[in-house]
Amino acid sequence: MIEFKLPSLGADMDEGTLLEWKVGVGDTVKKGQVVAVVDTSKAAVDVECWQEGSVGELLAEVGQKMPVGTVMAKLLEPGETAETIVGTPRVLPAGRAGATAAAPPPRRMISPAARKHAQEKGVDLDKVTGSGPHGAVTLEDVEHAAAGLAPPAAVLPAADKAGEMRRAIAAAMARSKREIPHYYVAEDIPLVKALAWLQAGNAKRPMAERLLPAVLLFKAVAVALKRYPELNGYWRDGGFVPAERINLGVAISLRQGGLIAPALLNADAKPLTQLMQELTDLVRRTRAGSLRSSEMSEATITVTNLGDQGSQAVFGVIYPPQVALVGFGRVTERPWAENGELKALPMVTASLSADHRVSDGHRGALFLRELADLLQRPEDLDR
Amino acid sequence: MTIDHHAPPPPSGPVSWDKDFAHRLLADMVRIRRMEEKSAELYGAGQIRGFLHLYIGEEAVAVGALHALAAADNVVATYREHGHALVRGLLMASIMAEMFGKSCGCARGRGGSMHLFDAKTRLFGGNAIVGGGLPLATGLGLAAKMRGEDRITACFFGDGAVAEGAFHESLNLAALWKLPVLFCCENNLFGMGTAIERAESQTDLCVKAASYDMPARRVDGMDIVAVHAAMQQAVQCVRAGQGPAFVEFQTYRFRAHSMFDAELYRQKAEVEEWKARGPIHTFSARLKAEGKLTEEEFLSLDAAACAEVAAAVAYAEAGLWEPVEDLLKDVHTP
Amino acid sequence: MTRRLSYREAMREAMHEALAGDPRVFLMGEDVGRYGGTYAFSKGFLEEFGPERIRDTPLSELGFVGAGIGAALGGMRPIVEVMTVNFSLLALDQIVNSAALFRHMSGGQFSVPLVIRMTTGAGRQLAAQHSHSLEGWYAHIPGIRVLAPATVEDARGMLAPALADPDPVVIFEHAGLFNVEGELADDCKVDISSAKVRREGRDVAIITYGGSLPKALAAAETLAGESIEAEVIDLRVLRPLDTATIAAAVAKCHRVVVVDENWKSGGLAAEVVARIMEHAFFELDAPVARVCSEEVPIPYARHLEEAALPQPEKIVAAVKGLLG
Repeated sequence: MIEFKLPSLGADMDEGTLLEWKVGVGDTVKKGQVVAVVDTSKAAVDVECWQEGSVGELLAEVGQKMPVGTVMAKLLEPGETAETIVGTPRVLPAGRAGATAAAPPPRRMISPAARKHAQEKGVDLDKVTGSGPHGAVTLEDVEHAAAGLAPPAAVLPAADKAGEMRRAIAAAMARSKREIPHYYVAEDIPLVKALAWLQAGNAKRPMAERLLPAVLLFKAVAVALKRYPELNGYWRDGGFVPAERINLGVAISLRQGGLIAPALLNADAKPLTQLMQELTDLVRRTRAGSLRSSEMSEATITVTNLGDQGSQAVFGVIYPPQVALVGFGRVTERPWAENGELKALPMVTASLSADHRVSDGHRGALFLRELADLLQRPEDLDR
Repeated sequence: MTIDHHAPPPPSGPVSWDKDFAHRLLADMVRIRRMEEKSAELYGAGQIRGFLHLYIGEEAVAVGALHALAAADNVVATYREHGHALVRGLLMASIMAEMFGKSCGCARGRGGSMHLFDAKTRLFGGNAIVGGGLPLATGLGLAAKMRGEDRITACFFGDGAVAEGAFHESLNLAALWKLPVLFCCENNLFGMGTAIERAESQTDLCVKAASYDMPARRVDGMDIVAVHAAMQQAVQCVRAGQGPAFVEFQTYRFRAHSMFDAELYRQKAEVEEWKARGPIHTFSARLKAEGKLTEEEFLSLDAAACAEVAAAVAYAEAGLWEPVEDLLKDVHTP
Repeated sequence: MTRRLSYREAMREAMHEALAGDPRVFLMGEDVGRYGGTYAFSKGFLEEFGPERIRDTPLSELGFVGAGIGAALGGMRPIVEVMTVNFSLLALDQIVNSAALFRHMSGGQFSVPLVIRMTTGAGRQLAAQHSHSLEGWYAHIPGIRVLAPATVEDARGMLAPALADPDPVVIFEHAGLFNVEGELADDCKVDISSAKVRREGRDVAIITYGGSLPKALAAAETLAGESIEAEVIDLRVLRPLDTATIAAAVAKCHRVVVVDENWKSGGLAAEVVARIMEHAFFELDAPVARVCSEEVPIPYARHLEEAALPQPEKIVAAVKGLLG
């Protein structure tokens, strides 16, 4: 028995439709004889049979569409009878199942070389601040982090760098206001004792070692935070992670615009003179662009001190993933009522912006009270 | 000139060739026919793929023309070149194996039906860009001339190639530099499905060739005796160093352009009319009329051709596939 | 010993040496003979070697490039000069469909030992039809070797190994380089397989070739003034690309700017960047930058043409963009 199959008549022919049988059952078929007309995707084509025999059965029906290779007819070889012929099942193409993929979460920009090097050196990339374009972590950042050195100086022209910084600030602050439910509390704090204490101490110090009021304010914040750990740490992965150390991010404005808040590490544990030195150094290096990566990334809370040029009070925007920001306005003489008496005293307004997901206004207010109390006992802060 | 698609009267008249030569050429035509019929069958069965352009009906051109060449001559052909390869001396087995894509094919399975190559017999393809072979042939002629070799280049192409810029640039260069190139135009009246009068403002192709200042001649491509005679004369002229020549062989393809062809562009009656002029049976009849061929002799040479085909298919089927690790071989000379 | 000569003189010397040294070598192209070469590369050759070997052709790029391929198949070693890459489009079929494919398509039976030379590039106010840089197209094709001599040394030295190559070689000579002068060692020998470091550096690798090489070197000088040390890689061979040298430069500098006169879309620079992704991804410290021609036909007006092409200032800016 010979199977007559739909031949492939071209590389682009997958199927054909039978238009006409040129032979009937019982007809003798010669080699090369046209036995059918098949409509392909291009046109009607005469289909030849290359075997000889007689037609035993015509399986394909006129109008039927079939893939190439389909048995269209069965031919009997000489001596064969129709009884030998059995039906041929048809195979249908299998369907295809689709799948959709979820969008991947956004990633931090870390260069491939930095990622590879960090893996080799065991550097935690979360703690490395990027100095590359768009804040990307570069190989050098990782090398510096691994060696405990300052990140590389930027070589971008000032205008480009300011633009970069503005974009970085914009992104961080927009995220903060989008994600962090801020609450604000403020407290006016008399500084008469603190300033008197500083003045007395400074009189005994050489010019270079004199303390600025800011350093006392920072120290007070750091000491106060010890009793309010919910203000010192990070909001990560949907929960609060308290920080083990108190690293005060000090907002320092840059001459070309923008600001950076590098950290005074372990501020609660350092004497005032050391803090003063470190602050001076930090400001200088921030403006020179040679901060250490740990200083850039390890602040657990930010303090902004407007200083002499500032306004009376500031209510800051929290720097994510931190959960609080303490602001100090300008120190000014203001009327102050105490024991029924009205006085003019040097005052500062301290404010707290805090993340309501982590703490409540009541705790915030208590923190500011603690801060005010500490500043009335400046000598206790110098330890 | 208007083109008459009606077939002229079948070739007739005495054949002056001796019996041996006549039988050899007849046998070659039958070998091509049987090989190509088998190819068509194997194409339908999926053993030969890609494009398959059959030469059935045009056998007299390749056989008559190539028997007028010397072994040292170059041949450049088109994608309808199975017949040229076979007559040029390639083993049918290596042609069949090539169409199967086997590593024992004449191009190691890299070329397939359209790209038969053979360095030994100086067959430079199997060129499947219409007109693409003409500049190559011109350059082969240039090399032969510069090297002082006694070698001409026969370049086969269809009527479709005449519309290509390559035709005009090549004929101009070859004539300008008096190169030993013989341009052989197999005019089967259709460039794929477009009839010549629908493609050419001047359908007299000899006028075009002659405009490049070279001898140009038209001959009945269904008449192997005429083909051979015209070719011999042209070869002599080119070999003598008088520059290129052009011969137009008027022929007809009996089957589709490629395997897949609904033939909407021509009448079945026209095909039947040309089939009546088929080069094999008309030549056989002429030989028989002169007592130079008996039916037994014909059946015997046909049987030999069929046996050769069967052996070629067996060889191709048994042939090995080239290892995929060798895929990148021969992109560059190692 | 070294001596000073121009790119044009170097090219002329190389061809003269080839013609004098091998009777199979001949030069063919438009106006290579009586005119002395469009760019005077073959001045005096006709008188010395005769019209058979210094063959003026009609304006038939397809025909004479194809004839060069045929002559190579027939045992000659042709140097086919196509006046510019712009006109080579008329011969593209023969280069791509014949020269590049013959060896493989014939199962290794027929090699095509042919050298095709052509001018490429913009920068001379010749407008859109005479300013293409399409060498990237040729570099796309397996079966041909693509060279871009950018120095006097390569102009002098690349032709001999190209003629010795049994397969087709296409040489692109940037028109902006012809009058460039350089020192040449008397025993200068170059390969046609490797890229070369033209300037050592460590901060950024500028990968380029051909007419953009002098621009890259100028940019590197400017950057050096700002303490940025750029390494400059001259690809020299556009196909096959020397991936190892590219990867080594990335591993050394970690930042890369690719400079070429092609358009970016689907261009050679895109291929170089892809190779970097495949072979040196984990060495990258910043995204790879490209300085290419703007996606516009090259305009005639000088200021617009300059704006359309890679320039040293654009390269400097691209480098700075990578350094955070």
